[in-house]
Amino acid sequence: MNYWPLLGVAVIVIGFLLRFNPVLVVVTAAISSALLAGFTVPALLALLGKSFVSSRMLLIFVLTLPVIGLLERAGLREHAQRWIGRLHGLTLARLLIGYLLLRQLLAMLGLTGVAGPAQTVRPLLAPMGEAAAEKILPTLDDADRDELRAVAAATDNIGRFFGEDVFIALGAVLLVQGFYAQHGIELTPLSIALWALPTAIAAFIIQSVRVWLYQRRLQRRAASARTEAAG
Amino acid sequence: MLRIEYAYWLIAAFLLYTGLRNLRERHGWHAAFWLVLGTLFGSGDYVLAQQAAGQILPAQIAGAGVIMLALLAPRLRRHAHVESNSAEQRLQSAIRLGHKLFVPALLIPLVTLLVALFGAHLFIAGHAVFATPQMTLTGLALACLVALFAAAHVAQAPMHDGVAEGRRLLDAIGWAALLPLLLAALGEVFTQSGVGAAIAALAGTFLPTGSAFACLLAFALGMVLFTVIMGNAFAAFPVMMAGIGLPLLIHQHGAHPAILGSMGMLCGYCGTLLTPMAADFNLVPAALLELRNPYGVIRTQVWSALWILAITFMLMWLLLFR
Repeated sequence: MNYWPLLGVAVIVIGFLLRFNPVLVVVTAAISSALLAGFTVPALLALLGKSFVSSRMLLIFVLTLPVIGLLERAGLREHAQRWIGRLHGLTLARLLIGYLLLRQLLAMLGLTGVAGPAQTVRPLLAPMGEAAAEKILPTLDDADRDELRAVAAATDNIGRFFGEDVFIALGAVLLVQGFYAQHGIELTPLSIALWALPTAIAAFIIQSVRVWLYQRRLQRRAASARTEAAG
Repeated sequence: MLRIEYAYWLIAAFLLYTGLRNLRERHGWHAAFWLVLGTLFGSGDYVLAQQAAGQILPAQIAGAGVIMLALLAPRLRRHAHVESNSAEQRLQSAIRLGHKLFVPALLIPLVTLLVALFGAHLFIAGHAVFATPQMTLTGLALACLVALFAAAHVAQAPMHDGVAEGRRLLDAIGWAALLPLLLAALGEVFTQSGVGAAIAALAGTFLPTGSAFACLLAFALGMVLFTVIMGNAFAAFPVMMAGIGLPLLIHQHGAHPAILGSMGMLCGYCGTLLTPMAADFNLVPAALLELRNPYGVIRTQVWSALWILAITFMLMWLLLFR
């Protein structure tokens, strides 16, 4: 067994820790791992080039940028904020937990591509969330906005991940079933999918509680800011 | 027939446009970066076709292009984009247009959904409108075009204004846009270099196989760790199952296969929430939302992931060996 290619993992960890430019770190890790595995330079270049162009679908989100850019220039964020500001019952926690539930249910139906960071979080969920947070704490600074957007993106991810495993015709369940079938254990996809339900429910509860705690933290800060202003 | 390749050409055109605009504004490093990337996107199909035909020179040139991008990336300054309209103008426009502004934004998920649901049944003169591979993503690309038309109509602005605004956002995202692709490529290079096999061999030498609890713990943590390194639970699953799950947990300790498979995979998903290697879930949103910390999304996910992992592990321990 050749253990040397593991040094590529070390390059990643050290490079990220020392805060070198991540693009440079990743390419360096790939090159060192492949060289230590005994690839020649021409073979390494071909592997790198082929792997890169085979992953092009990961940049498809840039196609949403012209739409987002145009709408944001025309006041999309301002409108979302004014609208959420007028809806009194819609708190930050209700918005995010409602989105989480919707995202999980859609993923359970196999509709994972419908929502996502580019499709729904940046144009809709993030500005609405910012507006709902401003209702609690009007003095949101840039770091608060960053955190809020990160919470919105995390909610989107968790909803998707812990919904899609309950859907029988999607990658994860079929991969599990296929692995067992290859090794002589016959299972129906439904029996595998059903056992993803307990974790799906746990994930919903855990993320909902964390969103609610996040909202309470904002409320406490707002309360202490008010007492300071009053005192 | 609409294929995913058309979306790649569209992306290539947008990247080349971004490069040329930077060239005209004399931002040399930015221009070089986007032009190289645009060329890689435009020629990707040719590279793959030549590779399949046994001709690897184009792939080698593409590999050299990737290294060039890595050298250019540290030269790019990331900066928040400057708004082209003042806050007052945007507010006026928001008041005037109202809910109409939501329509193009909602068209993106809606058209994607329609293509995902009905795309397979759409035929014109006996020919399928959408190619089967990557149909949802093809739908997303189409949705972006439809939404751009709608946005131009709603905002009463020409379409090329949208492209220009999009380019400003892309410049603000900068090299971070590239990370997901590179990490996916790195995963492939790791697999080809035998990184996964080496880790599995290491784990096998240290494990006390007589204890069901120790085996289960090694399996669950191995799923997490492997997913963190490979960026994908699907890559971790077969390795951990073949190494620990099947021989030790199922055959030796009699674990329930369906529960082990399902929940084992979910342990891997907790790992996905923790790793920059799962770039499309963790780094793309950070870039798209213009977070200053590229790992900001991962940071907020850590506690959710650990709690979900703990509960899943507990459920496994309670249910597997009944």
